[in-house]
Amino acid sequence: MKAHLIAAGILTATTAVAQTETLTVYAPDYFTSEWGPGPTIEAAFEESCGCEMEFLPGDLLPRIMLEGQNTRADIVIGLNTDVTAKARSTGLFAPHGQDNGQLELPIEWTDDTFLPFDWAYVSFIYDATKIESPPASFEALRTMPVDQKAVIQDPRSSISGLALVLWVKAVYGDQAEAFWRDMAPRILTVTKGWSEAYGLFTDGEAPMVLSYNTSPAYHIAFEEDDTKRAAIFEEGHYGFFELVAKTSTTDNPNADKFMEFVLSDAFQSAIPMTNFSYPSAQGPSEWPEVFANLPAPDKAIFMGEDEAEAIRAEAIEEWRRALSQ
Amino acid sequence: MASRVVAIIPAGLVAALVAMPLAAVFLRAGGGASLAAGDWAALRFTVWQAFLSALLSCLLAIPAARALSRRRFPGRDSLVTILGAPFILPVIVAILGLLAVFGREGMISQGLHLLGLPRLQIYGLQGILLAHVFFNLPLAIRLLLQGWSDIPAERFRLAAQLGLPAPTMFRVIEWPMLRKTLPGAFLVIFTICLSSFAVALTLGGGPKATTVELAIYQAFRFDFDLGKAATLATVQLALVGTASLVLLRLVGPLTGDLGLGRVQHRWDGNSSLARILDVASITLVGLFLLLPILSVVLRGAAGLADLPASVWIAAGHSVGVALASTTLCIALAVPLASARHGQTVALLGFALSPLVLGTGLFLLLQPYTNPFEWALVVTFIVNALMALPFATRAIAPALEQAEADYGRTADMLGLTGWSRWRWLILPRIQQPLGFSAGLAAALSMGDLGVIILFADPERATLPLQMYRLMGAYQMEAAAGAALLLLGLSLGVFWLFDKGGRYGLEA
Amino acid sequence: MALKLEHLIVRQGAFQLIADFEVPTHSFTSVIGPSGAGKSTLFDAVSGFLKPAKGRVLWQGDDLTNRPPGDRPVAMLFQDNNLFPHLTIGQNIGLALSKRRRLSPAHQDHVERVLARVGLDGMTDRKMSQLSGGQISRAALARLLLQDRPLWLLDEPFSALGPALKSEMLTLVRDMATEKQATVLMITHDPTDAHAVAPLSVLVAEGQANGPFDTAELLNNPPPALSDYLG
Repeated sequence: MKAHLIAAGILTATTAVAQTETLTVYAPDYFTSEWGPGPTIEAAFEESCGCEMEFLPGDLLPRIMLEGQNTRADIVIGLNTDVTAKARSTGLFAPHGQDNGQLELPIEWTDDTFLPFDWAYVSFIYDATKIESPPASFEALRTMPVDQKAVIQDPRSSISGLALVLWVKAVYGDQAEAFWRDMAPRILTVTKGWSEAYGLFTDGEAPMVLSYNTSPAYHIAFEEDDTKRAAIFEEGHYGFFELVAKTSTTDNPNADKFMEFVLSDAFQSAIPMTNFSYPSAQGPSEWPEVFANLPAPDKAIFMGEDEAEAIRAEAIEEWRRALSQ
Repeated sequence: MASRVVAIIPAGLVAALVAMPLAAVFLRAGGGASLAAGDWAALRFTVWQAFLSALLSCLLAIPAARALSRRRFPGRDSLVTILGAPFILPVIVAILGLLAVFGREGMISQGLHLLGLPRLQIYGLQGILLAHVFFNLPLAIRLLLQGWSDIPAERFRLAAQLGLPAPTMFRVIEWPMLRKTLPGAFLVIFTICLSSFAVALTLGGGPKATTVELAIYQAFRFDFDLGKAATLATVQLALVGTASLVLLRLVGPLTGDLGLGRVQHRWDGNSSLARILDVASITLVGLFLLLPILSVVLRGAAGLADLPASVWIAAGHSVGVALASTTLCIALAVPLASARHGQTVALLGFALSPLVLGTGLFLLLQPYTNPFEWALVVTFIVNALMALPFATRAIAPALEQAEADYGRTADMLGLTGWSRWRWLILPRIQQPLGFSAGLAAALSMGDLGVIILFADPERATLPLQMYRLMGAYQMEAAAGAALLLLGLSLGVFWLFDKGGRYGLEA
Repeated sequence: MALKLEHLIVRQGAFQLIADFEVPTHSFTSVIGPSGAGKSTLFDAVSGFLKPAKGRVLWQGDDLTNRPPGDRPVAMLFQDNNLFPHLTIGQNIGLALSKRRRLSPAHQDHVERVLARVGLDGMTDRKMSQLSGGQISRAALARLLLQDRPLWLLDEPFSALGPALKSEMLTLVRDMATEKQATVLMITHDPTDAHAVAPLSVLVAEGQANGPFDTAELLNNPPPALSDYLG
């Protein structure tokens, strides 16, 4: 009798393990760190779904492309619109199955594969103790005093750097290279990624840095410092949307649950104070106060992935030429 | 002779570890790719900055090494030891320190600003040179210092007796030594600077300052152009390989004993001008090399107290990786150092881009296992390969010397195989062995290369964790982590180097 | 018939040495000749460090020509570097008995007895750096004794010592060789040494090694090659 019970116990245990196969989510480093949204989201999702999940941090696209059909990812979170064309062409992503109507974005969202989970406007953040009259437009930026230098990121290695180059291209078109030539002396340095650039800014090396209009929320909320501010440009700001997608190779039933979870309150409410960006499915009335008070542009500029893919190489080459003079 | 046979195994291993990953990347890419204008610009820039970096390091090292070789003062040996620190400093830490001193808001700029002068502008080629000179000046000083102390004391005595004036003395005694030593120092630094990655990232100032290694990273990152990455890596391999072969052929093995250099007793340099020049060059070089390190210590001290647990765990991983890497490096280096073409083979791993090496290993592992579980293993293997040329180069001369001096006695006694190693060779190469192990451990400790590709939350190394802290607005904790990293890197080097000298004074 | 060099030709670069002689067992033979004539080359061929181009090296009829140095009945003392500076006297000497890390008590005992025999009693644990030149020579001789090989090759072993110390060491070597019944070949550039200890001499000059001759006779009526050298 006892033996039967034990055998039954083992059986149920093994089936339980099989049912709760861990959901694997690829995410960028900043997302999964103990200060990012990762830990909160992991705990909330595991509780709501009664299953196990894990984040694997690192470079998303290179890893997915290296792995191809053998990828271990069920979900990939943290891609952005400027690289989705490449991601989509791999055929490794499946429809997200969510209603795009739930989204509250400054633009209309029609993609059925990549689902935004947060967003912000690409912006230059300045130190108000060093810059008294911040530029209010790209035109002002390209003519600002030469000692007011900005740190930007390399469009060949950083998604925010790429977003800036596309933003400039969208605003200036054929004149983009001329803009970059004017900017060259006003750029302190170009970093590999956002972290190095922002580090230089907070260390006081540069009075201005390319980041997001939501970055000041961190300093206001955690450091009671309101001197880091976004310069709002009248030409409009490039919208930066961070995306989540389900892989086409997954057979984990919890993958769909996770996609659903992304638009839930538990996920959305965790975003602002951990990822310092706007949640994608909540309107301003639901945002924390500090976000609702952040200055924001009137106009969002957005480039579809086909357009982004088409002009990317040219825009980067113009940037490289102008800054290599 | 037996050691020649033994060397085939590590030589084959190193060659396979380089060739297979590179081939895997090429295969996956379906061939190479042609290089664009930007890539050629990167190639030219890489060679140019390496040339200038090596030239500057050597030129600056001359007055400093000369002064150190002829001045006796309290704390001289400790100073020479500490001056070596930048060479093993993690790049990510060093850049923080350099910016604190030379940055737009650094000490010097602040001073200039107070005087109403313009601030320093370090971003650009000058920034890269600054960093490379900072890293490699210690190496150049040590090599030249060794050259100076190898000059027989009798020559200085003779010169004093003949009453040679200072310029003649320099021309007759010191210049011939420099002509022999400088090419080696120049080439080794040139080679190191060819594969610079992290330095160019932050201090380069823009796309003008793109190095080949950075171009490889970019080819991966967005374009996912494996063909281009592999082609660039091959070009880099050829470049570094050629430079290294020239180094080995023309210059021969460098002295492995980068010792403190004994002080030469000389009868010149008593004029007040000579004294002032010597004091000035020692002081300036000391400040240049030590202020950045000091600023890392000062900034980090505040953050050190409440470092998050994850930093300590990462530090544990780093220590483990460093020890494993050191073991592998030494295990490969000793037999390679005893083989004829061992030093050439040892260069292979150094010459191949770590990013391509890492990606290749990823592709090779992937069909069989989850590469991310092997992140730390891949990291320590790659790190061991990076340190291998330094280790073989340091060990080879001592090994040759041991065989030349005592090989026949050992033959007489029938000491072959393991007993020869234990009784003759290992005790005779103990010091360069300790030095190499220290170097391998420190370089591995500070490396933030391949782990970026393989990052995994449970398997972060300390440099990666520090990088993550910076990415999470945690600048104070990052500064604390930088200090911890600094302490660990210097600490492991010191321990191994000290261990290598154990019992030698007796 | 002990050591026989049979039509031996040794080449080293452009240099060539022909040796064709034999020396009897238990003899003490000096090897003399001008510097650069090939005395050390001759020893290298006998000890196995150099492979002869032609001919054979025979010991008691055994062909040694193709055996490695450690495997010949030969013990050799070089001009210097006979002892490892990183080991103690005891460890250095003990290597002649065993390559193990620790010597067995019997071996230990043996080492101490031999050290006492050469006048180094109680110095087993001294490091080489703590020894005088004379003591180093004695230690090297002690190891020669422990190696217990019948053929000793001494390559100017005491040339660094002062005259008094050198003659003391030569006497000690001769006594030990007699006691051990060893066959000794000793390179020397000092005819007095040859006179003092070696009844026989081999002359190495002009690319040839000939002998053995009676030492007194050879030195009294030297052939031209030797007389130029002796002056």
